[in-house]
Amino acid sequence: MANAINVPPIKRWQTWYMLLAFFYMYLPIGVLTIFSFNKSPSPSQWAGFSLDWYAKFLQNEILRAALKNSLSIALASVSVSAVLGTLTAVGLARYYFPGKSLYRGVTYLPLIVPDIAIAVATLVFFAAIKLPLSLGTIVIAHIVFCLAYVAVVVSSRLASIDPKLEEAALDLGATPVQAFLRVLLPQLLPGILSGCLLAFILSMDDFVIAYFTAGVGSTTLPIAIFSSLRSGGVTPELNALSVLLILASASIAAIAEAIRSWGTHD
Amino acid sequence: MTVSNPPESKQRTSKRLKWLEPFALLFPSGFWLVSFLLVPTIFIFIQSLVPLGKTEFGIDNYLRVFEYVGGNFIYLTVVWRSLLYAVITTGFCLILGFPVAYWLAVIAPKRWRNILLLLFVLPLWTSSLLRSYAWITILRPTGVLNTFLNFIGLSGINVLNKAEGVIIGMVYTYLPYMVLVLYTSLERLDLRLLEAAADLGANSKQTFWQITVPQVSSGIIAGTALVSISSFSDYINPQLLGGPGSRTIASIIELQFLGASSNRGFGSAISMVLILAVTIVIALLIKYGDRRVVSDS
Repeated sequence: MANAINVPPIKRWQTWYMLLAFFYMYLPIGVLTIFSFNKSPSPSQWAGFSLDWYAKFLQNEILRAALKNSLSIALASVSVSAVLGTLTAVGLARYYFPGKSLYRGVTYLPLIVPDIAIAVATLVFFAAIKLPLSLGTIVIAHIVFCLAYVAVVVSSRLASIDPKLEEAALDLGATPVQAFLRVLLPQLLPGILSGCLLAFILSMDDFVIAYFTAGVGSTTLPIAIFSSLRSGGVTPELNALSVLLILASASIAAIAEAIRSWGTHD
Repeated sequence: MTVSNPPESKQRTSKRLKWLEPFALLFPSGFWLVSFLLVPTIFIFIQSLVPLGKTEFGIDNYLRVFEYVGGNFIYLTVVWRSLLYAVITTGFCLILGFPVAYWLAVIAPKRWRNILLLLFVLPLWTSSLLRSYAWITILRPTGVLNTFLNFIGLSGINVLNKAEGVIIGMVYTYLPYMVLVLYTSLERLDLRLLEAAADLGANSKQTFWQITVPQVSSGIIAGTALVSISSFSDYINPQLLGGPGSRTIASIIELQFLGASSNRGFGSAISMVLILAVTIVIALLIKYGDRRVVSDS
């Protein structure tokens, strides 16, 4: 890196531009937060501070059941993806074989293929093999993209790990399984964890794929939010829910970032 | 965080089970992706070839995209609108995002860069539905924006349920992605070249177009590809912030599968058109850009 080079001086308009850009990014979140404390259900007027909407959200059976479904789906998909994604990243980094770049391309495909296309394909497939839609079918579909995210994050971590350590373990008589579990895995753990947290947030947030692959009674939180937005019966309960979700995701994102950079300081 | 492989370990002498190891590592996820991504895609391709009410193959579903009713290409208009939204969104994200990424990667104090970048993209980790919902709160006729405009003595505007509302929501949704990709590219900018250009008498405009832009062109291409693909197939923003006149490809697909006028063959055909469009963009990306769009999500 060019450390000795003079960094261009910060000009005033640049600072203003950045403040404006940050304002734009946080405006919707700020608005939701303010109105979640509004006593009046109407977002056009401020009627004083209140925590009623948080209490109302906590008493809302539909939203709570949906939240529970979403959490179960995310936990199940992420656990399976953690294993599959890690194995994929290690396999891609350590071995040469014909068709490797094709395999890598297919692994990363879910990151680029539009959600709606994945959703439709999965729905048609489940219908064709006569698998009834349920929470399980959402999990199957979520694993497809969660495993891709875990694989990407773990791969980037792997790139900074010296393969010689693992070889040394093998030379010293460790079995491949021992070398993997005792030498490679501990070094990969931060990458696996931050990949899992990322996949967890994405699974919790996914609307389109779950909407297509959900059976009756397997409503997830985004589906519940969408139907209440569509029916127009929007209440400030949703504001309260947003604030709680934003706090949760922000903490998870911050933890993921801290874990990811842990041990990779330059 | 680029994905690059360490040199393959060639010193490894142990011959035992050479082929079994990569197989054991890669088979499970390969099996999953083939079963639940590739095979399903083949299924919708086959379904797209079966016209409604018929059993033999035909391309009627694809021809229906060009259906002309009452002086209107009803579906082609939707494809065109999706394309237009994607182009406008990508343009705005690039114009608004470039200075942000440049500031974060080059100008901001070094030890704050990572934390500032994280802060900028943090809204990305909040529920995308709820962010669109927040824009409804802001943009509706009696919303925050109009209250503010009236307060400062201007008349209110109405952009909700129109194309403008959709674009505002999309730019908001995809700006962090653009900034992330551009940031990784700009981070590697060789500032010595900028100084050299200045020493040799280039003005800031010449320096920008002839030194900075060529160095980060692959990042620009990657960011453009990522944002255009995502916004082209966006479902949530057009559905929540746009009116009935703002339907895009994704909502047509949804109608064919879950709506009242269900026609899965036609829905599959439009999905294949969407996949084809994305494939073209990815092919261009691989040819002219770099693969960071995949590894930096």
